[in-house]
Amino acid sequence: MSETVNGVTFIILAFASIIGAIGMLTTRNIVHASFWLLEVMVAVGGLYLLLSAEFLAVVQILVYAGAVSVLLLFVIMLTLRRREDSVRPVEISIGGGVLAAVFGTVIYVAIAQYGDRVAEMPDVAPGVAELGELLFTRWALPFEVASLVLLVALVGAVWWSKEEDR
Amino acid sequence: MTEVGPAAFMGLAAVLFTLGLYGAVARKSAVMVLMSLELMAVAVNLNMVALSRFVTPTEMTGQYFAIFTMVVSAAEIGLGLALVLAIYRQTRSVELSAFDSLKG
Repeated sequence: MSETVNGVTFIILAFASIIGAIGMLTTRNIVHASFWLLEVMVAVGGLYLLLSAEFLAVVQILVYAGAVSVLLLFVIMLTLRRREDSVRPVEISIGGGVLAAVFGTVIYVAIAQYGDRVAEMPDVAPGVAELGELLFTRWALPFEVASLVLLVALVGAVWWSKEEDR
Repeated sequence: MTEVGPAAFMGLAAVLFTLGLYGAVARKSAVMVLMSLELMAVAVNLNMVALSRFVTPTEMTGQYFAIFTMVVSAAEIGLGLALVLAIYRQTRSVELSAFDSLKG
């Protein structure tokens, strides 16, 4: 008997994330949009838990739900100072809709054709300890490069957003 | 109890990515475009984590790729928002149509 993903939990989390994404795209208020994005991030974190990726679930909540949405709210409130600035007319782009529809159809066909190659969920699910051990042995070099990328991005963000001398 | 296979996760990731793609093209506010980009990054991550659980459960390759994607997308949102702030100082606007100083 192999391990399975609970269908009911999956459907609840999937609906939560899709509704969050639709809410983010249809709301007229940018502040509300960032909260809808937060909801998507939390739901995807729950999906990671379903896939027994506990470390990624925690990082997802910390980084996306914690840092990124706070950063987004900071920028929204620094740039849109009056309440009515953040309320925008509904923007409908026919070109964007066509592009998304074509892309979605292509992906749907691909999944319908090849998606059922792997159906069984394997029993083995290593825990956080194994993940950390592999991260610092086999993936040590990419890990160091990633920290360099973060450092450069941090310095660049500070340098870009500083007040220029007047 | 219904079972959920990898195709369901791929379908969900495809829906999220498609919505993010539409948002990145359709919205006219730079902050909204950055949020749509994050949505697309999350969809890609979900795909990688799901397929890693189903295909390489012991090596966890997809999980490591997802970690590095998270690093890159965190760097991207930080730099993108700093850029939005820097441009806001010059043009007093976050509308993409206002970012036309390189237009010939």
